[in-house]
Amino acid sequence: MVALMPPPMVASAQHPMVPRPYTVCGVRRETYDTFTLELGSEHAAEFAFAAGQFNMLYVFGVGEVPISISGNPTQPNVLIHTTREVGAVTRAMRQLSAGDVLGVRGPFGSHWPVEEAAGADVVIVAGGIGLAPLRPALYHILAHRERYGNVILLYGTRTPADILYKKELKQWEAGLRLPVHITVDRAAGAWRGSVGVVTTLIPRASFDPRNTVAMVCGPEVMMRFTARELEKRGVKPENIYVSMERNMKCAVGFCGHCQLGPTFICKDGPVFRWSRIEPLIAVREI
Amino acid sequence: METLEAILAQHPFFDRLEQRYLDLLVGCASNVRFDARQFILREGEEANHFYLIRHGKVALEIFAGHRGPITVETLEDGDIVGWSWLFPPYRWRFDARAVETTRAIALNGKCLRTKSEQDHDLGYELLKRFARIVEERLQATRLQLLDVYEVRS
Amino acid sequence: MMAAASQSATRLQPSTRLVLERNDFEQLLQTLKRRDYRLVGPTVREGAIVYGELDSAADLPVGWTDEQNGGSYRLRRRGDQALFGYVVGPHSAKMFFHPPAVRLWQAKREDRGFQVEEEKSESPRTALIGLRSCDLHAIAVQDRVFLHGPKVDPLYRARRENAFIIAINCGKAGGTCFCVSMNTGPKVTLGFDLALTEVLKDGRHYFVVEAGTERGFEVLSEVPNRPAQDNEVAAADLLVQRTAAQMGRSMETTGIKELLCRSYEHPRWDDVARRCLTCANCTMVCPTCFCTNVEDVTDLTGEHAERWQKWDSCFTMDFSYLHGGSVRPSAKARYRQWMTHKLATWIDQFGSSGCVGCGRCITWCPVGIDITEEVRAIRESERSISTQGANHGNP
Repeated sequence: MVALMPPPMVASAQHPMVPRPYTVCGVRRETYDTFTLELGSEHAAEFAFAAGQFNMLYVFGVGEVPISISGNPTQPNVLIHTTREVGAVTRAMRQLSAGDVLGVRGPFGSHWPVEEAAGADVVIVAGGIGLAPLRPALYHILAHRERYGNVILLYGTRTPADILYKKELKQWEAGLRLPVHITVDRAAGAWRGSVGVVTTLIPRASFDPRNTVAMVCGPEVMMRFTARELEKRGVKPENIYVSMERNMKCAVGFCGHCQLGPTFICKDGPVFRWSRIEPLIAVREI
Repeated sequence: METLEAILAQHPFFDRLEQRYLDLLVGCASNVRFDARQFILREGEEANHFYLIRHGKVALEIFAGHRGPITVETLEDGDIVGWSWLFPPYRWRFDARAVETTRAIALNGKCLRTKSEQDHDLGYELLKRFARIVEERLQATRLQLLDVYEVRS
Repeated sequence: MMAAASQSATRLQPSTRLVLERNDFEQLLQTLKRRDYRLVGPTVREGAIVYGELDSAADLPVGWTDEQNGGSYRLRRRGDQALFGYVVGPHSAKMFFHPPAVRLWQAKREDRGFQVEEEKSESPRTALIGLRSCDLHAIAVQDRVFLHGPKVDPLYRARRENAFIIAINCGKAGGTCFCVSMNTGPKVTLGFDLALTEVLKDGRHYFVVEAGTERGFEVLSEVPNRPAQDNEVAAADLLVQRTAAQMGRSMETTGIKELLCRSYEHPRWDDVARRCLTCANCTMVCPTCFCTNVEDVTDLTGEHAERWQKWDSCFTMDFSYLHGGSVRPSAKARYRQWMTHKLATWIDQFGSSGCVGCGRCITWCPVGIDITEEVRAIRESERSISTQGANHGNP
């Protein structure tokens, strides 16, 4: 009697590379090259995520890109992504309208230390589009404001036209005692705010470096110089968090593209302590 | 009402400057105030003062022809404005305009140059402080030049 | 001990060594075919020994051997009729478990949305014949990537579960082999259904066989076999010992992770960059390299889309593309990435080295770059620096 061999296995329906389709509720222009997508679902907690995580967004027939989630983690019935229009996929996303369908995989990755920062001062430093991945952390912190000490937002952009979430920032500053300091790299005549790189805001900011958690997001060189400036003021590198980026294809640790030294940005990041990242990116072309 | 001496002593630029140098400097100092939109100094004019901002905001502007005035940097409480008085031809290289009501201490450049020539130790203390400011500004300006938020796709 | 005995007659012991005569080897293959396994094994094609579908033992490289060195691979005739008298060729088990092109899913447009059709695992039952110990360790290394991490690849898992493995204990070492250094051979110790050592001695031609699994034992039970005698076991073991002593290369692995992680700025990388063509051969032949690209494609109508997973290589400029440029534009950085990942950061990521000492990257590099030589050069330069330091004192 020949023993029966087990039958060939059917692939599991939970293949991590399959996108889930969701309906677009709206696409809103933020600036000349940046827009916000809102997706909805009937299920109340469909889009549960932690601040700092990202999704892979798929446009049928065009492609898939990693985009940080920039909505409110305490409202997981809508999914919000703010992104720049930089290539074929984001261009196609920009053309979507309410009722269209977008594929979503995620959420992936590590998150901002909003729990661990309780009891400390929180300095949030955003550069350019970097405010989008930080906004969920701000939502969380402001929803539990009493758990934190001084909380400030330092925000640098290229020009005043690039400032994101203007209305919201004003509301937060007015209503929630969140000091918001904005600076631009260059400005034409009408601008009455600060001009200069975002690092220039750090020496004057009100926080106790001995008890501060910093969350920094923006272009890599901006994060590097910001972390140095924070360290100069006495913030420990293990209390500075950055959000790193690398080429990303699968987001689940299979394709190998997103490696930075021994880390996979998709699994070990994108949020990292500066103390872990600093020695790695000190090596050029690592 | 605070004395000029006390104000000078408290300003971050003169942090840890010995009293006898502060005494020398007081003679060159005066209280000034600028209204919002008022020019503090103009490109091409003689550079006779430098300013310690006590409270307010100052924009360094360059007028770029048809592009209009471009603000290259803003300075706030505790910052200093202007070092062209240190080196010949002692002329301002750009405009500085108060963005909002700004109170400052003006220090007379010629007065400071004369006293520094007489007392090199005073000169050294001043130049040390200016050198640090210039280094920080240069560093920040280089970062600005990098145009880090530019889109490359 | 009768052939085709029922399961209860002989209990499977880990150390049970049986003998299969050369004449009965064909029956082993046919038994597998009867159980609906397609046979895949080494075969000669285009001047190399590669994996292909086999009909019978005659399709194996009978009487062939290989001569390998840096950037060099030649087949030579042996003086005997050994079925497995060679080592590893450019193919490895990853051709089957982690194939070069895999469709992940299909989708069709539906109203304003789309409907995804997932892939059923095609995975026909496959018997992989002729894998070596290094290959089995490499499979285990890839298992750690695709099965033991936070996410599991279900298509990979299906391919793994449907494979029957007949492994071979190497009777000779290859010119570029260094499995002994990497503790991955030559003796087969894990991941097999059956492990064979081919013995040609004193006019006899037989295999000493170990069963590694119940199903391996069941298959073997349908083929004439008997317990091995002591002299037969000794002959088999001697062959494997001799192989271990003949390794073409060696690599000192003590503290290798720390060595490479402190050598990112070592001048040796500039040296290898002058030679490396970034052709990516090494990543293609390496049995553990797993990097892939994800390609979303559509047909001309735009109604039908597919997502494919295809082999990729960290040696390409596109691999690290970000915001308008490559993070690793120089050949130096890309070679450094490959080697430090393979030998050092892989240990942080997966708990073991990524290298199994198979030597394929050395053989198939068109300019003969030798990973063992590169490690040696870095290690020895450190030794000579510390010797100099001892002579001249600390600066």
